[in-house]
Amino acid sequence: MTLSLTPKRKQKLYVILGLVALAAIAVGLTLYALRANINLFFSPIEIAAGDAPYERQIRAGGMVKEGSVSRNPDSLDVEFTVTDYVEDLRVSYSGILPDLFREGQGVVVVGQLKQDGMFRADQVLARHDENYMPPEVADALEAAGYSPADFQTKAAKVAERVEARESGEGESQNQSQSQY
Amino acid sequence: MWAFINKLRSPKWFYAISARLQPWFWAAALILIVIGSVWGLAFAPADYQQGNSFRIIYVHVPAAFLAQSIFVSMAIAGVVFMVWKIKIADMAAAMMAPLGAAMTFIALFSGAVWGVPTWGTWWMWDARLTSMLILLFLYLGVIALRGAFTSRDSASRAASVLAMVGVINIPIIKYSVDWWYTLHQPASFTITGRAAMPLEMWAPLLIMVLGFYCFFIALTLMRTRSEILRRESNKRWVRDLAGGER
Repeated sequence: MTLSLTPKRKQKLYVILGLVALAAIAVGLTLYALRANINLFFSPIEIAAGDAPYERQIRAGGMVKEGSVSRNPDSLDVEFTVTDYVEDLRVSYSGILPDLFREGQGVVVVGQLKQDGMFRADQVLARHDENYMPPEVADALEAAGYSPADFQTKAAKVAERVEARESGEGESQNQSQSQY
Repeated sequence: MWAFINKLRSPKWFYAISARLQPWFWAAALILIVIGSVWGLAFAPADYQQGNSFRIIYVHVPAAFLAQSIFVSMAIAGVVFMVWKIKIADMAAAMMAPLGAAMTFIALFSGAVWGVPTWGTWWMWDARLTSMLILLFLYLGVIALRGAFTSRDSASRAASVLAMVGVINIPIIKYSVDWWYTLHQPASFTITGRAAMPLEMWAPLLIMVLGFYCFFIALTLMRTRSEILRRESNKRWVRDLAGGER
């Protein structure tokens, strides 16, 4: 009644490990083949590169550019720019925006890319980042000049990733989303 | 270490030792969850952007942690059962599955409730949400497989294999937010306390996570004990126990 790996147990263990490894490879290859479809949205870089189809229901995502939101005072029409700090995408929308929508905030827009490069959104969803803080802390950080500095480091990070992506195409899907 | 694991072969030994451990885990779970809920829901500061709806994190994150941990535990128990034929492992795995399914459902449901005020939608087919939904189906598959066989041994083997293969989904859930563009944000909470939130928000969350784990251990011990009595009901020590208490 010991637990030592007898040849029979060893064989069973190998069969199990082999089974799990094979299943993992199958799943991994499937996810790799479908990677473009698993991404929830196109980034402005991809749209600028012509990867996104025109006149079809797609999703685009990025940050709402500071100072880019213009509202029509007589209607619910609003225009804003979605950026990944490298490329910009101009978005028009008519409707009520989510509470978390604001400049500098991540969004996902659902709609169609028009031939003139304008994105007609039917739905605007707010993303939020992984950081939580009390309002006083946020105010203090802002007073200390947090936002612009943060903006700069984020921009630098994205630029680095774009360079890394151009030099090594294979890694392009592995870029972290954490900058949004 | 080996001697300890060797003892797990004996349901009688497990029955005795779990009786001593169980009250401690129940007490810890109760204390931690009460402290964590009151602290998180009433005293932790509101978020600067989301306000009070941020407090859903104190249920959502512990449930999601547990949903994934329980599945990994089931897979490990499956390997132990298949290779070493330790029956306790199979009993524990069988008893964990419904709790795991419940935790997955709580994580999905609380996430949907949270999604409406923050994202503007309760559901989006992004990689994190979809892989979590697949986890729920895997749990339901494991539970259904156990019920689908007349022979208990076949049922245990089938459920173990599904748990071992299904565990591939766990790293996909964990890294989905890093590998792909998703609506769901990357992880805020880690045990090491990387500074994605200040201490006064993080501490109650840690307490809730620990409380949920204690609850999981306590409930699994309790249910495994009754499963031992059920499966071993014709063994001498169980009959002695039943006779002795009467």
